[in-house]
Amino acid sequence: MSKVRLLVGTRKGAFILTSDAARKKWAVDGPHFGGLPFYHLKASPVNPQRIYASQTDDWFGQVVHRSDDGGKTWVAVNNEFAYASKPGTHQWYDGTPHPWEFKRVWHFEPDPIDADTVYAGVEDAALFKSTDGGASWTELANLRDHESGSQWMPGAGGLCLHTILIDPSDPQRIYVAISAAGVFRSDDGGQSWKPITKGLQSNFLPQPDAEIGHCVHRIALHPSRPQTLFMQKHWDVMRSDDAGENWREISGNLPSDFGFVVDVHAHDPETVYVLPIKSDSEHYPPEGKLRVYRSQGGEDWQALTQGLPQQDCYVNVLRDAMSVDKLDPCGIYFGTTGGQVYASADEGDSWGAIVRDLPAVLSVEVQTLD
Amino acid sequence: MVRVKLPYHLQNLAGVGSELRLQVAEPVTAARILDALEAAYPMLRGTIREHGGGPRRAYLRFFACGEDFSHQPPDAPLPAAVAAGEEPFMVVGAIAGG
Repeated sequence: MSKVRLLVGTRKGAFILTSDAARKKWAVDGPHFGGLPFYHLKASPVNPQRIYASQTDDWFGQVVHRSDDGGKTWVAVNNEFAYASKPGTHQWYDGTPHPWEFKRVWHFEPDPIDADTVYAGVEDAALFKSTDGGASWTELANLRDHESGSQWMPGAGGLCLHTILIDPSDPQRIYVAISAAGVFRSDDGGQSWKPITKGLQSNFLPQPDAEIGHCVHRIALHPSRPQTLFMQKHWDVMRSDDAGENWREISGNLPSDFGFVVDVHAHDPETVYVLPIKSDSEHYPPEGKLRVYRSQGGEDWQALTQGLPQQDCYVNVLRDAMSVDKLDPCGIYFGTTGGQVYASADEGDSWGAIVRDLPAVLSVEVQTLD
Repeated sequence: MVRVKLPYHLQNLAGVGSELRLQVAEPVTAARILDALEAAYPMLRGTIREHGGGPRRAYLRFFACGEDFSHQPPDAPLPAAVAAGEEPFMVVGAIAGG
């Protein structure tokens, strides 16, 4: 019988939440590494028992943990992320050149074919790859060495490469999103990269339609239609139907088009979910109402509120903190900075809190296990 | 044998207790202690100082014999009491709330 396993990264440790396919009763395991921040955990789709986890703080720096038994035990693997080419400079907050410095891993993306291969998106923005299960890391340096690299600038959260999508129909095609540089695509396994930002507008830029400088918060795709991408940008929800060559806004009737997460239904590539946040100055839901919005393709959005707090709610939901399972009906999950992890076992129609009092949630990934 | 005390989270990462002992060649310095520590417990590489023997991480300090050696050159000899194992070399994390 199928079951689901949530991998939850928080400010004070990692948690593993499991349930059977009914998704009504949950077991909570953790904290793993209690007291330490975990930006992200993600399992290999090839070997679901293999999990990569990013522990990162200002005391001890970056530690990479790997589990080969579904999170029961962990080993520390290599935590050295050395830039492959001579570090150049990117823009600093005051506009001056600033040398690239490794700070942390924001996101692990295990390869869809090889369990020993995993990509790491890091701050200062760069993409690393391991082909030995994390025993060593090599930078795919042509991304950072892109001619635009000196123009990249950090958002308030740092210059971070936080999203990695691998096209399941063509693993040589990789998308990455960087705050605040934009979104890039490689069609050759990361050897060369091009910005794919045509159609994006960011009013905080001197030239709102500039090729570089957009604060892309998250992108998502459906494996059955990988040329269609959905994006939650600093402001604006966007869509591309040509692998990012052109983008159009689909914010439509959302109460706010600011937010961090975006995800796609597991069985319908047209059904997309976002969670609006009031503004870039007020990182909580509009009107204190926690609402997920669902749409068929965008523009016309339906508020999903059943089981979610509809008053006095002032949490945030961060960019890696939403995930969908592969059961039928599709399950949707998200975690909040208030420590709640909410689950819907009916495609978002109704919700319940699995846990309410975890540390602030940084990331949520779900595994559907046979 | 040199005695080394680690912060709680590094004890857990290395799988050791509150104090461990290392063979360190004379003259005993902070750099040599950390070299020996990282050789014995490679999972600690990069957590106390940058990789490749780089600078101490900013939120950690090195104390011994009631003195702060954090700002001494890493190759400066430590007190004889540390080399003799009479006093521990302590890696201390910055205090913080939250």
